[in-house]
Amino acid sequence: MTETIKTDCLIIGAGPVGLFAVFELGLLDIKAHLVDILDKVGGQCAELYPEKPIYDIPALPKVTAQALIDQLMEQIKPFNPTFHLNEMVESIEKIGEPAFRVKTNGGKTFETKVVVIAAGGGSFQPKRPPIPGIEAYEKQSVHYSVRKMDEFTGKRVLIVGGGDSALDWTLNLVPLASRLTLLHRRDAFRAAPDSVNKMRALVAEKKMDFVLGQATSVEGENGVMRAVNVKTEKGEAVRIEADAMLPFFGLTMKLGPIADWGLNLHEELVPVETAAYETSEPGIFAIGDINTYPGKLKLILSGFHEAALMSRKASHYVFPDKKLVFQYTTSSTSLQKKLGVA
Amino acid sequence: MPKITYIEHTGTARTVDADNGATVMETAIKNNIPGIEAECGGACACATCHVYVDEAWRAKVGEPSPMEEDMLDFGFDVRENSRLSCQIVVSDELDGLVVTTPERQA
Repeated sequence: MTETIKTDCLIIGAGPVGLFAVFELGLLDIKAHLVDILDKVGGQCAELYPEKPIYDIPALPKVTAQALIDQLMEQIKPFNPTFHLNEMVESIEKIGEPAFRVKTNGGKTFETKVVVIAAGGGSFQPKRPPIPGIEAYEKQSVHYSVRKMDEFTGKRVLIVGGGDSALDWTLNLVPLASRLTLLHRRDAFRAAPDSVNKMRALVAEKKMDFVLGQATSVEGENGVMRAVNVKTEKGEAVRIEADAMLPFFGLTMKLGPIADWGLNLHEELVPVETAAYETSEPGIFAIGDINTYPGKLKLILSGFHEAALMSRKASHYVFPDKKLVFQYTTSSTSLQKKLGVA
Repeated sequence: MPKITYIEHTGTARTVDADNGATVMETAIKNNIPGIEAECGGACACATCHVYVDEAWRAKVGEPSPMEEDMLDFGFDVRENSRLSCQIVVSDELDGLVVTTPERQA
């Protein structure tokens, strides 16, 4: 099913800079949709270091990354942005001057006047485990997520990792798999203790196996896996027969499909001019860590500044006949109305 | 000023001056040492500054904290002498430290 969503502005990336762009655009009456590959807003702040303090946000001497995101969400509430989480933008096609058709891997299509790329370090994608030649098995035998549990019915399944994803899928798939083995490099887990206890009970009842070690190679042919070779904690080589492997090694940032959008790129970054942070394609902007220009600093505060300047140029495209008047939120009743405080 | 030697997996070694109080990761980034990415910027929130501590230095450098161990789960080819270099703070004690970078970080 394809639904086409018409909007003034599509923001790619819901990290701190993408979120603040909603605010600056909102003050200029531009409504925004945001797409993010994560299942939550906040980007790296929420995914990589939610509990870590940040010390260089102006007027906030110390704020945790998650608290910064929570505050930004509060700040942009009056503008009621629409979030499309768990989705990655796959393609951008020019359909006007400017206007773009943007498609996601979730089957959504947007028609937007401007695009703002606020993608930080790129898109978060599952980390590929360090096993030579594993790529060849990724279509048929190696899976980084579970879409349909049924696929594993009656199969010998090897799950690798020690976090919540690894343990949750272990518990879910034990009843379906003909044999399930959990492989982790040490006997301590990041996962919730309750899940770990349940897993240990299943091992005690001989309903599954737990192996301490690291996978070293995959055996099989034509993309179909037969077995995985493992080096155990004690240095012994063990062969585990398996039809499917589910590695859960966390997420890493990859530039991803941005490279295919026809924009100029420089060392995996998007070059922009510094009056409005617009890319080589008029109507497509890039703000925050993803852009580059002389003197660029990868700071959240720089991204906030870029969002403000970008918004004014975006307004020229969205409302070509509107003359922009510079106003302060402190004194402008029209801005205060938009914020719901006047 | 303490000196730190970084050896690439190919065997190329570089010795640089380090500041006391800086981390082994920061020292690497400052000196453009290849093989250390430090995606998260030193928050112990990724595993892309992974190094192997030379056996002779393991006792002095010490063992990873539980939080660091959790992050090392995401590392490439983790061994007994694996550490995240953002969690090793340089001091005069560590003058002469030798670390090797893995074949790849993530």
